Amino acid sequence: MTARTVLQNADITRALTRIAHEILEANRGASDLVLLGIPTRGVHLARRLGAVLARLDDAPVPVGALDVTMYRDDLSRNPTRAPHPTEIPDGGIDGRTVVLVDDVLYSGRTIRAALDALSDLGRPRVVRLAVLVDRGHRELPIRADFVGKNLPSASSERIFVRLDETDGSDEVTIES
Amino acid sequence: MRHLLSTADLTREQAVRILDVAEDMADVATREVKKLPTLRGRTVVNLFFEDSTRTRISFEAAAKRLSADVINFSAKGSSVSKGESLKDTAQTLAAIGADGVVIRHSASGAPAVLAANAWIDAPVVNAGDGTHEHPTQALLDAFTIRRRLHGAGARGRSLDGVRVVIVGDILHSRVARSNVWLLATLGAEVRLVAPATLLPLGVRDWPVEVDLHLDDALTTNPDVVMMLRIQGERMRDAFFPSAREYAREYGLDEERLGRLRADTMVMHPGPMNRGLEISAAAADSARSVVLDQVANGVSIRMAVLYLLLSGAEEGIA
Amino acid sequence: MSVLVRGATLPDGTRTDLRIEDGRVAEPGGSADRVIDADGLRLLPGLVDLHTHLREPGFEQSETVLTGTRAAAAGGFTAVFAMANTSPVADTAGVVEQVQALGDQHGYATVRPIGAVTVGLAGEQLSEIGAMASSRARVTVFSDDGKCVHDALLMRRALEYVSTFDGVIAQHAQEPRLTEGAQMNDGPLAARLGLGGWPAVAEESIIARDVLLAEHVGARLHICHVSTAGSVEVLRWAKSRGIDVTAEVTPHHLLLTEQLAESYDARYKVNPPLRRDEDVLALREALADGTIDIVATDHAPHPVEAKEAPWDEAAFGMVGLESALSVVQAAMVDTGLLDWSGVARTMSLEPARIGRLTGYDEPFAVGARANLTLVDPSATRTFGTEHLAGRSVNSPYLGRTLPGRIVATIHDGYPTVLDGEVLPADQVALAAGVRRG
Repeated sequence: MTARTVLQNADITRALTRIAHEILEANRGASDLVLLGIPTRGVHLARRLGAVLARLDDAPVPVGALDVTMYRDDLSRNPTRAPHPTEIPDGGIDGRTVVLVDDVLYSGRTIRAALDALSDLGRPRVVRLAVLVDRGHRELPIRADFVGKNLPSASSERIFVRLDETDGSDEVTIES
Repeated sequence: MRHLLSTADLTREQAVRILDVAEDMADVATREVKKLPTLRGRTVVNLFFEDSTRTRISFEAAAKRLSADVINFSAKGSSVSKGESLKDTAQTLAAIGADGVVIRHSASGAPAVLAANAWIDAPVVNAGDGTHEHPTQALLDAFTIRRRLHGAGARGRSLDGVRVVIVGDILHSRVARSNVWLLATLGAEVRLVAPATLLPLGVRDWPVEVDLHLDDALTTNPDVVMMLRIQGERMRDAFFPSAREYAREYGLDEERLGRLRADTMVMHPGPMNRGLEISAAAADSARSVVLDQVANGVSIRMAVLYLLLSGAEEGIA
Repeated sequence: MSVLVRGATLPDGTRTDLRIEDGRVAEPGGSADRVIDADGLRLLPGLVDLHTHLREPGFEQSETVLTGTRAAAAGGFTAVFAMANTSPVADTAGVVEQVQALGDQHGYATVRPIGAVTVGLAGEQLSEIGAMASSRARVTVFSDDGKCVHDALLMRRALEYVSTFDGVIAQHAQEPRLTEGAQMNDGPLAARLGLGGWPAVAEESIIARDVLLAEHVGARLHICHVSTAGSVEVLRWAKSRGIDVTAEVTPHHLLLTEQLAESYDARYKVNPPLRRDEDVLALREALADGTIDIVATDHAPHPVEAKEAPWDEAAFGMVGLESALSVVQAAMVDTGLLDWSGVARTMSLEPARIGRLTGYDEPFAVGARANLTLVDPSATRTFGTEHLAGRSVNSPYLGRTLPGRIVATIHDGYPTVLDGEVLPADQVALAAGVRRG
């Protein structure tokens, strides 16, 4: 097994900063924005993104967490998963621009589950998707609006995102 | 763990995990859409050989909030009352395609028998068996205590050092048994109170303190006082002389209520005999968390059904 | 037909050849139609069970006289005492004669009916004890087993009245009020499992009362299935006072404990219930020192559906004839508590004496009726339904490894088991018919 680092700490920071700019541009500012990270690493990425946005726009951006465990379509194929808390910021999501944030976009099934979960919580005006890494191999008609890095990979390869908050360092590696 | 038969089978980690998942389930109840698609296409059978509308409704609500199909199979007026055996019933349910069985039975160990035999290959949840156990009741009690004490910061926490007094017919109480094992596992200090006739043999080897008088137990500054239902027929069998004497010695009346701290929780698994083991004042006081218990029952049962039914293998890891 | 058992080891350890001719032990040295090589095998007197439920008439779905005696033969028994709790109850001469006749006809074992003490086992009125004693069945043992003769006055009268006919009351010692709803041994385990408790004192108090009654009226008393250390103490005291009391212990109470109830597997549900380790040890010691006189199986067959049920709803009882000698070997012989002479005494000579069954006092003497059991103590087997020969399979030993194996059983001079196989019913019935003439 070989491991290759494709993004380092500075790359991740740079990618998030770029995504923040793109969000502001697409949204024409930070008003009505709500960032919802998908646990676990998506939540940390959402918080970092929120901090960058707040700095750029000089106003706090609501950040929350959206757990999709209960909405997955592969529950019965795997050992039982522990769910994570869902935290919707005060003000809710109705009529807002919700940006879903996740670490890796792969089959698209997690995002499908997230869209279902979101619809049980309210009715956003627009839903966007930001991911740190898009590795391809989509199984559903889903695409990201904001991508930190496109990383074409073989399905036999595994991609690991490590973040300071959970893993003690920032790094994206690809292992085969 | 594939079945939930007894709280004695739960490790501390497993117990905390169930309570944590129940926190997530409780959040669902606060949303506009109080339903999750998690168990869509799964069938949960409520197999009730003993009447208990409250428990059945709670399990039914839990299963439905997880989008499971629910079949209620109660003994009264069914083939069960005509002498059909547990085995035949179980095999019928297997043929129907039940993915989980919630069983209530007047015979202790009936859920264990169902789980041990090959009649049906589905997770079994004990919803109360004889005078043995009632694990989801104990879990919802622990959940209620933890929420009251820790609020939004409850996740991941145990009940270390929480003082719980359980009063009444310990001998016949499945709620008491399940609570003793679970609360002890979670680190609570449990104290049982009953006349000697209503204490089980060997109770002094249980992980509890035992008091013969309620007034003694109330001097220990409890965080929780849990009153058990006392059944009238116990009088006939000479467990105590009269309802009046029981109420005087073991009832939570206004005067005793007044001796509790303002934040001491008063619990009761229901249905209550007001005026016997609990006074109306105690049942309706701000200290009473009886209605919280009912609401939390649905969250706990959702958590248990989710953990046992959603995954492919080991259930509660 | 004549049979030569060659090179067998008698209970006392001596090796011998034993020849059987015309149903009796014959002078050695003559010819033999059939030779059984008994090298390394123990030759025991035919086993006698003072406590068997044959279930016929009335409960033929569980057992019949035919299937029950076939199970007896498989277990090395040549005589069984059939309990009275049939339907109709064996409380008249007619019922006991019918049961006895069925036994004679099938021929697997001598069947001695036990008569009910009270009409319908109801504990209210004495049954026709004299009529049963003087019937063709010659009833000598009377018992309401399954129920206790709990009325003290009735018990006194029964002890006195039965002594008129040299009979004995076999008491099922269970104080009924203390055992209402009882499901297993009363104690911490029952409390944890939520099963109704059957306290030791419910047995011990009845035994204490009854030995005092027996002493007072000068009658003989037998105690069924003693199960507690406390009962042993009471019996030891009674015997030291010279009270004419005998007692039995079941194989299962010598080997199994209440811990088995933890599975809620109703195969382990029995009355009296399985007790604690210390009870098992006390019972073994009592059997070894003679405080308990005999082993009796309390063979209690039940159909599958009576056991495939929640514990509270399941029937009490275990089959035990086929496994009895193996269990006694495991609990008593292999532990060094009892030698094979002791086994012969507690499983043949003494039960025959208590039941006034003749022909068992000198089993190997020339001229004795040939009731013999040949066992291979060195064998071990994983006990399974293939080792059961009765109609029911409610054995607590299924899947357990047990020592010993019955190689041959000879009842009244003809074999019922050979090479470990129970012989076909028609062949055995024919041999029995020839013997009766």
